Amino acid sequence: MRGSPRVRLIKWSLHYGVLFLFVVAALFPLYWLVKISLTPNDSLYTHSIDLWPATISLEHYATVIGNSDFLLFFRNSIIVSGVTAIASTLLAAAAGYAFSRFVFRGRYWIVGVMLVTQMFPLVIVITPIFSIFGPLGLTNSLTGLIIIYTAFNIPFATFLMQSFFDGIPKELEEAAMIDGATRFKALLQIIAPLTLPGIAATMGFCFTGAWGEILFALLLNSAASTSTFPVGLLLYSTRATIEFGPMMAAGVLALLPVCIFFFLIQRYLVQGLTAGAVKG
Amino acid sequence: MSATVSLPTGSRARRRLLMFEPYLYSAPALLLVAATTLIPIVIGISYAFRNIMLLDPTSGDFVGLDNFRELLRDASFWNALKNTVVWTASCVGFQFLFGLILALMLNRPFPGRALIQATIFLPWAIPTFLVGMNWSWLLNPAIGPLPHWAYALGLMNAPDNILSDPDYALWGPIFAGIWWGTPFFAITLLAALQSIPREIYEAAEIDGAGGLERFRSITLPFLAPTMVITVLLRTIWVANSPELIVVMTKGGPADASQIVASYVFTQAYQGLNFGYASAVATALVLLLLVYAFLLIAIRQTMLGRR
Repeated sequence: MRGSPRVRLIKWSLHYGVLFLFVVAALFPLYWLVKISLTPNDSLYTHSIDLWPATISLEHYATVIGNSDFLLFFRNSIIVSGVTAIASTLLAAAAGYAFSRFVFRGRYWIVGVMLVTQMFPLVIVITPIFSIFGPLGLTNSLTGLIIIYTAFNIPFATFLMQSFFDGIPKELEEAAMIDGATRFKALLQIIAPLTLPGIAATMGFCFTGAWGEILFALLLNSAASTSTFPVGLLLYSTRATIEFGPMMAAGVLALLPVCIFFFLIQRYLVQGLTAGAVKG
Repeated sequence: MSATVSLPTGSRARRRLLMFEPYLYSAPALLLVAATTLIPIVIGISYAFRNIMLLDPTSGDFVGLDNFRELLRDASFWNALKNTVVWTASCVGFQFLFGLILALMLNRPFPGRALIQATIFLPWAIPTFLVGMNWSWLLNPAIGPLPHWAYALGLMNAPDNILSDPDYALWGPIFAGIWWGTPFFAITLLAALQSIPREIYEAAEIDGAGGLERFRSITLPFLAPTMVITVLLRTIWVANSPELIVVMTKGGPADASQIVASYVFTQAYQGLNFGYASAVATALVLLLLVYAFLLIAIRQTMLGRR
């Protein structure tokens, strides 16, 4: 920034001032969530809008962890999100590799199908999927949710994996293939280890996508035994007597895996997008 | 597999295998997407012309355009359509504005940038359902501060929950949507900004171009394609996303905060009238297609003029 020291000082104070407002706006709702989750019941409603809790206690977390329903929802969500992440990344890696390394007839049609499905509103498949899955025994089942989430994640995951493969020189596996390895073997032994960061990022995306999905989870799995965490929390919030403390503690617990993942990849994310933009 | 490997390169069997290889890699993904997205889309559109009631095996007749005639008379649908415009324009408009400001401020290095960037991008990582629940708690006067602050500032007559006020209920999900989606625009626009070659700015500065001039003649033209594409895709995505509304208001009170997408969901979830729900969804698809074609046409004419 140019100008006299005085003008520069004003410019920089303005810069940091505005950024500070954005930081506060970004963090405040999360701070409030954590604050309420730590405020013990006896002061929760009497001092509900104090900025700082007068006393802190972990009683709500104890309530949540002692509640077998929440543990069940947590388990269901981990299974669904974990299997979805693995399945969609495997399928997307295979398809992304094909798009990256081969020119083949029908390639544009396949890419087109994947793009077109992304353009449609999700709500149009709600009724058909309910009608198809019902007779197949895939409603009130974790398998049903895994199938849906995997399919919904594949298009984006495929393009992500393709861009990671594009970044690895073709010559690497060509050299291995001249030495007598099959392409598949070269892919597993030489290319796959190089794309590990990309595979991890893709798995993270698919995991968080499945972790937070609520529409299909709500519609397909109404039984408590197959409810995922979002559905459990939402139904808990509509009960006659709402206990805000435990609910917010459960919300914080639902947040932890996602936040850890996001902090690990966010720098990488901007880099990846920049690389894509440069390549055009 | 192993038999073909030992064959010399150029043999017919090996060449045939090589020809099929890309299909082997991409088929599983394609089949799953086709089976759970493409085919249901086609079935969903066909439902729109049928009388399908869940739990009623005698239903299922083709009724032609009856569902669409009902749609034209349905006041809730027209209200949902109006709300969809308000919801989408407010969410995307503010997300874009705040995202652009953030991207411009984060584009040059300064102490603490990495930390500030990570913090500001955090809302995007929060699962949508939790964003919705978190904001409905903030707006709830029993445990949230926002109604009390708005009351103290004179913006409200009493510290009430706007989510139960038919006139303002839609603004709850809109606030949540702006908070959640701003980082997306910031990330995308920041990435585009960082791909503008530094040398162009330096050359312009040597030529004596001021800050505003540089923004107008370098930054904007470089950013414009990204802006148009991002806004186009984001508008479609936001118009299609009923999650925040389903979580925060369920479209209520009395359909006051219903958008078309959440109307489809609540129709399917509570109404069990799958034929009508599909007709509403099909109408939404048609509207979005019209919108996309309009935007592409505008973009073509803009590019043609340049």
